[in-house]
Amino acid sequence: MRRIISVLLENEAGALSRVAGLFSARGYNIESLTVAPTDDPSLSRMTIVTSGTDNIIEQITKQLNKLVDVVKLIDLTEGQHIERELMLVKVVAAGNEQREEVKRLVDIFRGRIIDVTESTYTLEMTGNGDKVDAFVQALSQVEIIEVVRSGVSGIGRGKRALSA
Amino acid sequence: MQLTGADIVVRCLQDEGIEFLFGYPGGAALHIYDALYKQDQVKHILVRHEQGATHAADGYARATGKPGVVLVTSGPGVTNTITGIATAYMDSIPMVVLTAQVPSHLIGDDAFQEVDTVGITRPCVKHNFLVGDVDSLADTLKKAFYIASSGRPGPVVVDIPKDITANLAEYAYPESVDMRSYQPRTRGHSKQVKRGVDLLLSAKKPIVYTGGGAVLGDAEDVLQKMVNMLGYPSTSTLMGLGAIPASNETFLGMLGMHGTYESNMAMHDCDVMFAVGARFDDRVTGELSKFSPNARIVQIDIDPSSIGKNVGVEVPIVGDCKEVLEQMVQLLEPRIDEIDRGEVNKWWEQINRWKSIDSLAYKTNDEKIVPQLVVERLGEITNGEAYVCSDVGQHQMWAAQYYAFEKPRRWINSGGLGTMGFGLPSAMGVQLAYPDSTVICITGDASIQMCIQELSCCLQYGLPIKVINLNNQYMGMVRQWQEFFYDRRYSHSYMDALPDFVKLAESYGHIGMRVQEPSKLDATLEEAFALTDRLVFVDVITDPTVNVYPMIAGGKGHNEMHLAPGQEEVKERELA
Ligand SMILES: Cc1ncc(C[n+]2csc(CCOP(=O)(O)OP(=O)(O)O)c2C)c(N)n1
Repeated sequence: MRRIISVLLENEAGALSRVAGLFSARGYNIESLTVAPTDDPSLSRMTIVTSGTDNIIEQITKQLNKLVDVVKLIDLTEGQHIERELMLVKVVAAGNEQREEVKRLVDIFRGRIIDVTESTYTLEMTGNGDKVDAFVQALSQVEIIEVVRSGVSGIGRGKRALSA
Repeated sequence: MQLTGADIVVRCLQDEGIEFLFGYPGGAALHIYDALYKQDQVKHILVRHEQGATHAADGYARATGKPGVVLVTSGPGVTNTITGIATAYMDSIPMVVLTAQVPSHLIGDDAFQEVDTVGITRPCVKHNFLVGDVDSLADTLKKAFYIASSGRPGPVVVDIPKDITANLAEYAYPESVDMRSYQPRTRGHSKQVKRGVDLLLSAKKPIVYTGGGAVLGDAEDVLQKMVNMLGYPSTSTLMGLGAIPASNETFLGMLGMHGTYESNMAMHDCDVMFAVGARFDDRVTGELSKFSPNARIVQIDIDPSSIGKNVGVEVPIVGDCKEVLEQMVQLLEPRIDEIDRGEVNKWWEQINRWKSIDSLAYKTNDEKIVPQLVVERLGEITNGEAYVCSDVGQHQMWAAQYYAFEKPRRWINSGGLGTMGFGLPSAMGVQLAYPDSTVICITGDASIQMCIQELSCCLQYGLPIKVINLNNQYMGMVRQWQEFFYDRRYSHSYMDALPDFVKLAESYGHIGMRVQEPSKLDATLEEAFALTDRLVFVDVITDPTVNVYPMIAGGKGHNEMHLAPGQEEVKERELA
């Protein structure tokens, strides 16, 4: 099953490679991994999207907790949560018909056009993984030049929080 | 007063109470070596290969419980330590490895003798540090010792660029460490402890299965108290030998691939299994799908990730073995009469039938020395109380099966990684820690050649180790597998062109002896052990055809053991 694990870790050189190394050494899946410092610059917050049986997920959380740099973690998918991913897409948009079609799709998905040339549009879209996937699908009639996805960030709903 | 980084390193070691530093110098480490020269509190032991330094520090740690410390130079100095670091990591041995690094401004430039030490060691350390400035040096070293020795112990690498060892800073060794991201838990959760006790008391066919964690956690006293009180059969992994004395009435011997028949059968048929600091390693469980089908399991481990990793556990208890066992004993004592002795006695009767097969029986002959006998004689000569350091192979299994360890921390071997070359250098660390104790290195003709250069180190420091080379002129364990599973195609397992080990020992300045006739074995061993102040290398020429039995082959369960030739008939008779 797909899981989103949020990790607070020391903002130290090498911390990211410890996590990445753990996943590759033990053969765990990583669908996406994002990391950046938090409001407390000594801490980073990482969001890992992974999948596996319950046993594997249990091992993943235990192994992550075992890393000396990891302060705390939660499995967001165990409760109510919000996930968001940012995507930037550059598409061919030459001629009125094509430009209108892209605009229409962008409107439907509540995206934005953030850069324009005479032959291309650059689009921005945020949403959960499914929505971003669906948008890429919807663009199938258009010629995509490149896609950049940020990977998922997640946060618990309501009062549920992960703090040191 | 301001000190250089190099002086700070040495002061930290002094203030940490470090007795021995196992090392080998080189360019990037020279400031630290200069600082060592100016003091004599920390004794530097000059090995002959950096791998030897790590194994020596490891042996010291296994025997004493204190962290072993290593110092090496950058580049090849570091890469030579990897095998030893990984060995310590697999067996959870506390160790701090100080690695010199090229000067900070050259890092990343492919400088002379530069390797990415932090990157190369990451997968086989508990943690590692690259020191960024001289002001954080003492703090980092304190943390390194704390992390290495607390929780589930393990090796920690501290990489120190050369410029930092020349820079100046005020020195103060921190009194304590507080890390928000690292707070190992030692006490068992009281609710879990109670559930564990309930389950243990309800058992009809119990087994106590102890591992290396019981030794590392110094849990032997309370463990013995507990098994005696329960009167349940007990068994141990390769790593746990000695925590329950071999002579303890409850003890069935080792379990697993080369464990006793009764241990493995009891593991297979039990209804309640009590795992104490053991991690259900594949050499122990055999085929997982056949593992102990009816067992309800209570497991104590300090590392949550060791619980439920391979085998489902009904009552997990995270904590230090000793502390948790003490908690459990408190609850058990007033309730001990709840045990259904009638059922447990029936279980013991069954176990005694298995035992009567005598799965470790072996045949001797007048022509050739059989290796099992050598180990048994060593056990008798030293009352099961010597420190026995082993290499890897058949001799290691025979040492584990036949020495009969009476005390913990006496059986020093590389269980997890199975590192040939471990035996001799680890024995150096043990002998340094206990100069007046008997330290034996049981080795094989192949393994001993992997770190034989340390015979030179042994001479320099006057280490009177007794090296017992069970010389079967083969990589015996490889030969055994080829005999069983590859139709006797002995591909590259014959040790052609062996050196004359007696002359070799002599040329290193030691005493060499050779024995080939069974009738002379005892006299030779006695002569060797009488030379208490000299290293004696005894080359014991053994019967090359002997195999390690009993054995669980790949894909088999605990109840499908392969017995020694002849023992199958005994089994038929006894169990008829
Ligand atoms: C460094 C290393 N390389 C290879 C092996 C694989 N291996 C395991 S046992 C063994 C043979 C050991 O032979 P010897 O030391 O003579 O001991 P014996 O089995 O004959 O008692 C080998 C090659 C290993 N464990 N470690």
